[in-house]
Amino acid sequence: MSFTTGWKGPAPRRRLTIPMLLCLLMACGLGIGSEASAASGESQVQASKGEPQAQAKGEPRALLGALDTGSFQAKGDAAQAIAESGAEQKTRWLQALLDGRLGKERRGDRFYIVTDDSGREWPIIDAITFEDAGTGTRRTVDIFKINNELRTRIEGLLASLSLSAGNEASRLSAAQRLVGEVTADNADRVRGMRDDEESDAVRGQLDVALALYDLQQGDAEALDALRGNLDTRVRNALTPIAAGDSALAAEAQSVLDGIESKRAWYDRAQTLFFGLSAGSILVLAAIGLAITFGVMGVINMAHGELIMIGAYTTWLIQQALPGQPGLALALAIPGGFLVAGGFGVVIERTVIRFLKGRPLETLLATFGLSLVLQQLVRTVFSPLNRRVTSPEWLQGAWQINEALSLTLNRLGVLLFCLAVFAALWALMRYTRLGLEVRAVTQNRAMARAMGVRATRVDMLTFGLGAGVAGLAGVALSQLTNVGPNLGQGYIVDSFLVVVFGGVGNLWGTLVAGMSLGVINQVLQPWVGAVLAKIIVLVGVILFIQKRPQGIFAPKGRTS
Amino acid sequence: MTTTSLRKWIAGSSIVLGLAGFGSTALAQEAAQDQGPIRVGILHSLSGTMAISESTLKDEMLMLIDKQNEAGGLLGRQLEPVVMDPASDWSLYAEQARDMLTGDDRVDVIFGNWTSASRKAVLPVVEELDGLLFYPVQYEGEESSENIFYTGAAPNQQAIPAVDYLMSQGVERWALLGTDYVYPRTTNKILEAYLKANGVADDDIMVNYTPFGFSDWQSIVSQVKDFGSQGRKTAVVSTINGDANVPFYNELANQGISAGDIPVVAFSVGEQELTGIDTAPLVGHMAAWNYFMSVDSDANYDFIDDWVAYTGNDEAVTNDPMEAHYIGFNMWTQAVEKAGTTDVDAVKDSIIGVTVPNLSGGASTMMPNHHITKPVMIGEIQDDGQFSVVWQTPTTVAGDAWSDYLPESKNLISDWRAPLRCGKLDVESMTCEDGPGAD
Repeated sequence: MSFTTGWKGPAPRRRLTIPMLLCLLMACGLGIGSEASAASGESQVQASKGEPQAQAKGEPRALLGALDTGSFQAKGDAAQAIAESGAEQKTRWLQALLDGRLGKERRGDRFYIVTDDSGREWPIIDAITFEDAGTGTRRTVDIFKINNELRTRIEGLLASLSLSAGNEASRLSAAQRLVGEVTADNADRVRGMRDDEESDAVRGQLDVALALYDLQQGDAEALDALRGNLDTRVRNALTPIAAGDSALAAEAQSVLDGIESKRAWYDRAQTLFFGLSAGSILVLAAIGLAITFGVMGVINMAHGELIMIGAYTTWLIQQALPGQPGLALALAIPGGFLVAGGFGVVIERTVIRFLKGRPLETLLATFGLSLVLQQLVRTVFSPLNRRVTSPEWLQGAWQINEALSLTLNRLGVLLFCLAVFAALWALMRYTRLGLEVRAVTQNRAMARAMGVRATRVDMLTFGLGAGVAGLAGVALSQLTNVGPNLGQGYIVDSFLVVVFGGVGNLWGTLVAGMSLGVINQVLQPWVGAVLAKIIVLVGVILFIQKRPQGIFAPKGRTS
Repeated sequence: MTTTSLRKWIAGSSIVLGLAGFGSTALAQEAAQDQGPIRVGILHSLSGTMAISESTLKDEMLMLIDKQNEAGGLLGRQLEPVVMDPASDWSLYAEQARDMLTGDDRVDVIFGNWTSASRKAVLPVVEELDGLLFYPVQYEGEESSENIFYTGAAPNQQAIPAVDYLMSQGVERWALLGTDYVYPRTTNKILEAYLKANGVADDDIMVNYTPFGFSDWQSIVSQVKDFGSQGRKTAVVSTINGDANVPFYNELANQGISAGDIPVVAFSVGEQELTGIDTAPLVGHMAAWNYFMSVDSDANYDFIDDWVAYTGNDEAVTNDPMEAHYIGFNMWTQAVEKAGTTDVDAVKDSIIGVTVPNLSGGASTMMPNHHITKPVMIGEIQDDGQFSVVWQTPTTVAGDAWSDYLPESKNLISDWRAPLRCGKLDVESMTCEDGPGAD
């Protein structure tokens, strides 16, 4: 370890003092250590002198007392001793230690478990008898600290304690831990475990672990069991073996090549998924704009804020239904649509209606409106971000195999996007409103002559576009921060998608959004997020130069 | 705001001109000022994106000033806070600093700024008008001003010890992720140089920058996961700033990366930032600071009690920049008492060597390079949003203005004491590139 000194004048003296201080500290550490061991020794002596009951009480005290040390190594050994002891409370102790809730009285020798560590006054119970011990604070209870390494070790200890319970999931996780960890010492035991094992999944994992061990002993036949295995630990173990130039190495190399090419395919699938998921966000954000901008020709700069309103609606519904994030999210889908759609109708009636045919003024007015809406949210809800919790079924990932896993929240948003798109498409295709909207788009004057109330259609169309923006907000609340600036990040992207896809064309928006998402995600690992975005932007500009109408040209006349 | 400050500035400068004409009036004015309150400028954003972090520092300064006044003030005079709101707009920081430092209501000291961009904007103003600025946030170094006191961490007081700790934990591969602006880029440049000096190969370092407010972390996190599954222990060093951290940590949790697999050590995530995140999946990820709210010392517990009482919020958290202001304010009051005056030049000289208690139970000293000595700690995130300190430097570390690991600054030091008085001294050629010592 070296520490730099800012000021180079007295550096030599400082360098001398550091080792000295280290020595001093080590001496102190040793002092405390010996004191602690003396103390535990004393309690053992007392226990052996006392009655049997006292002995039973003294032992847990010594076990817990061993945790009271500054060294994480010693703490780990103490945890190991607890796991190996016969104490009944050991699982609960280890769990409390893992959760950071096991502690010692700061000026005394009682041990406590904190039952609820929120707030500044904690309810505590005695760690040995589990009797209520009133409340403690950080000033009175000294919590035993653990670090990452120790945490992994305790988790292992707890897992092996539950292994005897015989649950399949815990056996599987224990078997997974074994891959690459089989040595001459435990190989026979693992083989025995494998033969007794009933579950195929666990047996498969144990086979892999054993094959890897056999291979390291030079057994070429073990390679067959590893062929096509996607576990990165298998790949990492094969790499050094394949580096030699024996027959075994050549064989291992071919297995390794097979693994690598298989992994490469899954990597591509994963990138495609990332791209589609990023694209689905773009599509959701842009599709409302495709309706308002494409159909009505309104450049709505407040579109992003309508997205934000949808996200805040989700948050509000979640506040109203504490503890039920799934139900809240389900209710937020119609809720976000209606609230944002309502805002859209009001905006259309009060502002946009009066600026018809004046795009520049509409742009400025809606830009002002976006600032007003942002400030409104800041004043009403505070400028701080709000946290929207994801329901259980949108957390984590769907692990298809070792190389491919799809995060559930992204998958959910992708499916949601497709559902919204399908609903919107059906609405435009099969309902009377859709027919009227298409009629007004293609020829406003003719549609009015045929009895379509164009102003009403305008209002409903704008409301529909705003409502879909609200749906985008509901989806985004699961992926990003809900705050007053949420919408700003999406407005430029949305216009980009709509223009690229072809103004006024839903299919164009879908194809454009998805392809921009995929291109972006393919580029991102190579050139970084910032440059990827620039490249996409430049690409779209060049494309528009070549083909101003976008991917799909609108069939009718745009108004 | 702009017009009023401009008007004030014009008014201020005309008063200065007027006073220059009538020396005797000026003297009388000065005498009168010595009797009046001492003015303490607080220049923190109370609105805009930085308000989340900075508004608590304003409240903390008001609390410290209140306490000082209750204890009888300073030099027998009361302290009077002057609060301005630069609204997260870097150029407004410079304008308001100018406002504070001109006119007959000139402040005696400024406590303020958060981002490096705002500090860089204020720097020429405090140098021109000879003000005092106490800057409380960890920063990228490579700077030393005669008029700024850096009470936050320099890279050698945060980044380098954190990397040392991870090396001692067996980490061999490094992913340096940051937000795309000056602090992460400079810090990562220093870290890369430091890692390479410690024998880490180019292939074992991955660097990635993302924009402010980035939320589409999926492919970057997946890349890190891939980078970390090559069979050797990998860690992420994060200089990701602001609210981009929330989706980043969520993505880590969703892709199943736990602190046991690939630990993340962050330099910009503290107690304040964690209040918006569910920390249960993040347990074990780390942060490096010079202070944590969970630090076990009576000074800290007293400070937290005061803070909770002052804010009236039982859940109020304290963090590292708050400690930096606590130290900076106490250093300034001691220096003023030592000098017997609030005169900027006298305080600049008397503050060097001033030692005050910090909140972690030790003491911090102002060094001649205007940085302070601080202990460095590594904390692991707990499920209650607090950090538990798992490692700490055995002594305090002195802040280094010019990094020893960058070729362009390794020979540079800064020493503002007479007779050197130099912010950028090349120790090899003994030439001073910046400061009055250069003349």
